[in-house]
Amino acid sequence: MATLTLNQVVKSFGDTHVIKGVDLEVKDQEFVVFVGPSGCGKSTLLRMIAGLESTSDGDIVIDGQRVNDLGPAERGLAMVFQSYALYPHMTVEDNMGFSLKLAEVSQQERRQKVLDAAKILQLEPLLERKPKALSGGQRQRVAIGRAIVRNPSIFLFDEPLSNLDAALRVQMRIELARLHEELKATMIYVTHDQIEAMTMADKIVVLQGGVVEQVGSPMELYHHPRNRFVAGFIGSPKMNFLKVEAVAGDAQGVEVRVPGGDTVKVPVEGDEVAQGQALELGIRPEHLMLDDQGPLKASVSVIERLGGQTSLYVEMDGDLLTLMVDGDVTHRVGDEIRFGFEPGRAHLFGEQGLALASLERHPLASLTRQDNRAASTAEA
Amino acid sequence: MTTTTTTGDSVKAPVADAGRGASALRAQRRRKFGITLLGWGVALIIFFPIFWMIVTGFKTEAEAIADPSLIFTPTLESYVEVQERADYLKFAWNSVVVSFGSTLLALLIAVPSAYAMAFLPTKRTKGTLLWMLSTKMLPSVGVLVPIYLLFRDFGLLDTRIGLTIVYTLMNLPIVVWMLYTFFKDLPREILEAGRMDGASTFQEVWYLLLPLTLPGIASTGLLSVILSWNEAFWSLNLTTSQAAPLTAYIASFSSPEGLFWAKLSAASTMAIAPILIFGWLTQKQMVRGLTFGAVK
Ligand SMILES: Nc1ncnc2c1ncn2[C@@H]1O[C@H](COP(=O)(O)OP(=O)(O)OP(=O)(O)O)[C@@H](O)[C@H]1O
Ligand SMILES: [Mg+2]
Repeated sequence: MATLTLNQVVKSFGDTHVIKGVDLEVKDQEFVVFVGPSGCGKSTLLRMIAGLESTSDGDIVIDGQRVNDLGPAERGLAMVFQSYALYPHMTVEDNMGFSLKLAEVSQQERRQKVLDAAKILQLEPLLERKPKALSGGQRQRVAIGRAIVRNPSIFLFDEPLSNLDAALRVQMRIELARLHEELKATMIYVTHDQIEAMTMADKIVVLQGGVVEQVGSPMELYHHPRNRFVAGFIGSPKMNFLKVEAVAGDAQGVEVRVPGGDTVKVPVEGDEVAQGQALELGIRPEHLMLDDQGPLKASVSVIERLGGQTSLYVEMDGDLLTLMVDGDVTHRVGDEIRFGFEPGRAHLFGEQGLALASLERHPLASLTRQDNRAASTAEA
Repeated sequence: MTTTTTTGDSVKAPVADAGRGASALRAQRRRKFGITLLGWGVALIIFFPIFWMIVTGFKTEAEAIADPSLIFTPTLESYVEVQERADYLKFAWNSVVVSFGSTLLALLIAVPSAYAMAFLPTKRTKGTLLWMLSTKMLPSVGVLVPIYLLFRDFGLLDTRIGLTIVYTLMNLPIVVWMLYTFFKDLPREILEAGRMDGASTFQEVWYLLLPLTLPGIASTGLLSVILSWNEAFWSLNLTTSQAAPLTAYIASFSSPEGLFWAKLSAASTMAIAPILIFGWLTQKQMVRGLTFGAVK
């Protein structure tokens, strides 16, 4: 059992306010991912939870106990650093067993626990080595092993995979997900890689400028971003935005005029929308479809062929739009294309970039990784 | 067979490359030779006075004041006389106790100070460091009177404890500075990982910081020993006989009866011999420590 609650948590370094009142609820065994652009305060927030950084205001509560004034070790957490932070003068075994040594655990028991953790991570052949003699991926596994040995109530990871090459990153990502299942531990994971966030998280926390922009399951953030920032941050390639004008709005949706003059009715709550109001239409590249009858028209300026898929970049009203289309399209640069989208796939953003709520909730919006697994075992 | 089919271009290219490589190599070798020569020159200039002192120690007094010459019959006469006039071992023991004692004391004070400055800095840390260093710019003689009076009133004159205290204070700024830079080079996360693992501040220092910065600490200690060993101003002013170290021993041979070059040289050679040997034995460590940050 390990839960974490953040209550209006604030962090200031002198006059710099880095974390500006964060509320968060982390459930037992949940895998929570903090994402956000560089400098938004992800690491700072994680370090505050760890106890490495003091809290300027608000409460950090672990398992119902306020821990603001407890030291890092007393909070019973373990952290994996981006730079691994292994002890360079100790062997892998001593690195992993250091916390137990400090806790005055007998040498025999210590060895047993280190061996258990080493087995989970396939580190047994490396136990006698010093960190210098390990590859990046092996060092990362030792750092994770060191965390496992402590048997912490919550694991904290600060961009643990960002120093690894792409292939290893995918492998470690899967390994971490497996570890999460195996250890049944609560994990908080910081990354700026939104693929890691989407694939690993039960719950994603999107941060910007020290403020939580949205908290939700990956599918919820993808299908129901609360504002323009989250919409643009989650999903790759980035969502396209088009300036549009509201023609009419009611409870059934909002009718907008797209560049080119056609109107489209987007199924979002439109009671508040006034005629003539400037809005922004957001459509993901994968939801734009080539369509000779489509409402949008532009000429292709760049083509990127990925094999299975092709990205078409078109210019429209000075904005560059991206279309993810079938890999076998035969278009060339300079071709005029017409394209459109399913109105239900589109998003509308009003004042201050806030999204107008969809009329219908996406069926997968509440899906978690646990659900994925349940479904697959049911099928099998 | 294949070589005959290669085109002219691809044959010529490597040859041209080799030519360029050879001339570059020659230039590099010439530069290396020049630098080596320069290095030897500087080393000889630095070493010459020491060499002359050692040579003079083996001459008779008459030879020593005669025209400089390298042709003479070596004699231990001066050494014997020097030893008759003063007990070398007593002075040497004082030097050992005071320089190692003050170094140990300075390290004991400097490790926590440098830890605090490196890992828990405040707005004033930089200022404090600069202020500490600035005390080294003050000529020692400027504080001679107050220190002398303090020593007199506390009964510290001509005691090894007194001299140890002065040397500790004298070297402390440098020792703190050096440790500070070595500590600062250590990635913070390693200590933070230790703290997550449950290490107390003491355990953090003992199990992580000290072992990881040992080369730096060792070279700092060596430098402090050498500086204390060679210090003359305070030892001459604050000691007379009981606690006098080797620097005072040398000075005692430039006596009112006149200068005796051979005896002075013999005494000086004996005074610097231990630290010279010590420095030579530890030079690898010194260099490694002083370039610790650069080559890590
Ligand atoms: N000790 C400090 N003093 C002053 N400002 C700090 C301090 N530590 C961090 N900051 C500031 O706080 C902000 C958030 O930093 P943080 O390291 O949490 O960002 P991050 O989201 O982890 O970014 P990245 O993705 O680049 O790691 C930054 O603007 C940084 O400059
Ligand atoms: Mg960070």
